[in-house]
Amino acid sequence: MAFAAFAPTTTPPTDASGTAASPRRRSPVALLLLLPGILYLGLFFLAPLVSLILTSLQAPSEFGDIGQYSYAFRWENYVAVIQQYWPHILRSFGYALIATVLALLFSYPLAYFIGVTARRWPLLQSLMLVLVIAPFFISFLLRTLAWKQILSDESFLVTSLKAVSLLGPDAHLTGTAFSVIFGLTYNFIPFMTLPLYTTLERLDLRYLEAGNDLYASPVQVFRTVTVPLSMPGIVAGTLLTFIPAAGDYINASRDFLGGADTQMIGNVIEANFLVLLNYPAAAALSIILMTVILVMVGVYVKRSGTEELL
Amino acid sequence: MAAGAFAERGADLELVGIQKRFPGFTAIENLDLTIPAGSFFALLGPSGCGKTTTLRLVAGLEDPTSGRILIGGQDVTTQKAFQRPVNTVFQSYALFPHMTVLENVAFGLRRRKIPDAVGRAHEALRLVELDHLAARKPVQLSGGQQQRVALARAIVNRPALLLLDEPLGALDLKLRRQMQLELKTIQEEVGLTFLHVTHDQEEAMTMADTIAVMNKGRIEQLGSPEQLYELPRTAFVANFLGQSNLFTGPVVGETTSMISVDVAGHAVIVPKSRSHRHGGTVSVGVRPEKLSLHREQPPTDAGRNLLGPGRVIDVSFTGVSTQYLVVVPGIGTLVVFEQNRTFGPVGGEGEEVWVSWHVEHGFGLDDDPADDPKFAADTDTQSIAAQRRAALVTELEEA
Repeated sequence: MAFAAFAPTTTPPTDASGTAASPRRRSPVALLLLLPGILYLGLFFLAPLVSLILTSLQAPSEFGDIGQYSYAFRWENYVAVIQQYWPHILRSFGYALIATVLALLFSYPLAYFIGVTARRWPLLQSLMLVLVIAPFFISFLLRTLAWKQILSDESFLVTSLKAVSLLGPDAHLTGTAFSVIFGLTYNFIPFMTLPLYTTLERLDLRYLEAGNDLYASPVQVFRTVTVPLSMPGIVAGTLLTFIPAAGDYINASRDFLGGADTQMIGNVIEANFLVLLNYPAAAALSIILMTVILVMVGVYVKRSGTEELL
Repeated sequence: MAAGAFAERGADLELVGIQKRFPGFTAIENLDLTIPAGSFFALLGPSGCGKTTTLRLVAGLEDPTSGRILIGGQDVTTQKAFQRPVNTVFQSYALFPHMTVLENVAFGLRRRKIPDAVGRAHEALRLVELDHLAARKPVQLSGGQQQRVALARAIVNRPALLLLDEPLGALDLKLRRQMQLELKTIQEEVGLTFLHVTHDQEEAMTMADTIAVMNKGRIEQLGSPEQLYELPRTAFVANFLGQSNLFTGPVVGETTSMISVDVAGHAVIVPKSRSHRHGGTVSVGVRPEKLSLHREQPPTDAGRNLLGPGRVIDVSFTGVSTQYLVVVPGIGTLVVFEQNRTFGPVGGEGEEVWVSWHVEHGFGLDDDPADDPKFAADTDTQSIAAQRRAALVTELEEA
């Protein structure tokens, strides 16, 4: 009763302790209910992962053709791919980081508007949400191809930019780091906006009023109250953007927005698997990518103080 | 940053011709109010009477449609909430959930870059006896503890004016009493000006020096708790602050100090000094605890008003006193409180009784007897229906 007014913010901690204290934690029924999920995970996640690790350690078959490998423990595979592809690894994380920051900068005001400002107009709120989700109705590949058209050398945009000398006569937009990062940002904005929207939509405006009442200017209220209270959305959104963006191979591909100098680790893995048939190298790169992402995400979540998301 | 120096003592609050309209309704109609420095002022009224809006206007969380707000003689109407030397204890407390108790209390000081914010915050927490919980998060505290943190978070800033928005609303009765006492002690210790908004008449009466009773965006009456209770000006005040028995009738006789009102054939005498009207139709009231019950018709006494015979229809024992409902033909139902000084009720259900009171205990109201059921609480179905009807009629006339 006394806590009624605090319901929105008190629920997460109470829930957590409530489950932990539950005496029926280890009941066989719960295990039984989990069984399909565990089987699914074992079959479609753990088994391929083990297979991937084994592949990454394979050595070329002594008498085989190209693409034929036998099981071994060749740790040198890892050293070799890092030596050969470290620029791609760095580039991947650099692009993904820039794209994530840009997506956050675009999405936060948008999510704030939909979740807070537009609360008074539920119709506008729903309409804007539909607009955020609308791109999903068209295939990811088609949308990226459309951007390739828009940014191509013959396009209206590029010819106009050249006409006003904002772009040099020999410059391109496609095939540059700009277009790859642009594509990544564009494609992942909905994944950033939706989690941000869900936290901001529940933001209790009375906290902002309290901040205002306690001598904090609107900018200070934003920094000291709004941002910390929307941290779960920020963390969820950046993870949903950064992780897939780091492994993305569509935007950076030469068939889409990328060029020879913009290859990301995803493109390298794709080429090694499908073109060069160098399976151990591709597998080793995949494992490296996964490990680096896991470590980075772990540190990030730990530092942002939102462990309950993991 | 917050403007000017902050008063060590409280400051006057002056509201001049304040009006606040929201789309569709007027929350406050032309409010003039002066609250002297150092006082404990309560705005009392039913929900929707405009009291919380008044508070939000003073805090700067709403802008008035017209009028001016002065704090300590300085016009703050155009200042934003964060610039005003005012702090609020919110009804929901609104403690920042992501900060510890200490960080919550130090928040205002840090924003104003006051040196030793942490030391002062600890001091404020000691004042509300919660310093040992400084490192906790607000969700780990009980309702009463949160309320005290909210109070510490506000008074640590030494605002010229402290606003309390029903801060005791979420507490149970025992905690409420404790908090009321604590608030009063703190006010005496720090000497700030307190503006307290509440719908609880008992809370307002025990804590405030001055009470303003608000109804429908207007102040019905302003005065000390005793004044309001003993001499209510309107039927609304008479019924919102405690209970009243009200009778309406024409003035039929007058002496130099008394008027006589004809109530369904009974002459009811009221001192002129205790009546806001001396002619025409007057509503006369008397508090239930001032009434005496008689089982036999008492001898006529010039100093007492007598109504009866009537019949007791309900007796309920409340501990300190017993409440009787007495129906007097032609007048209606009277509420009588009798102190339980002897064992057993004065009269049982169905018994014939007379009701008397000292003429000096009656009061005459300033109200016009009108169509709407003003003796009832403002929020019952009947009066809401009447208000809706009145609103619809005016809307139709305007159209």
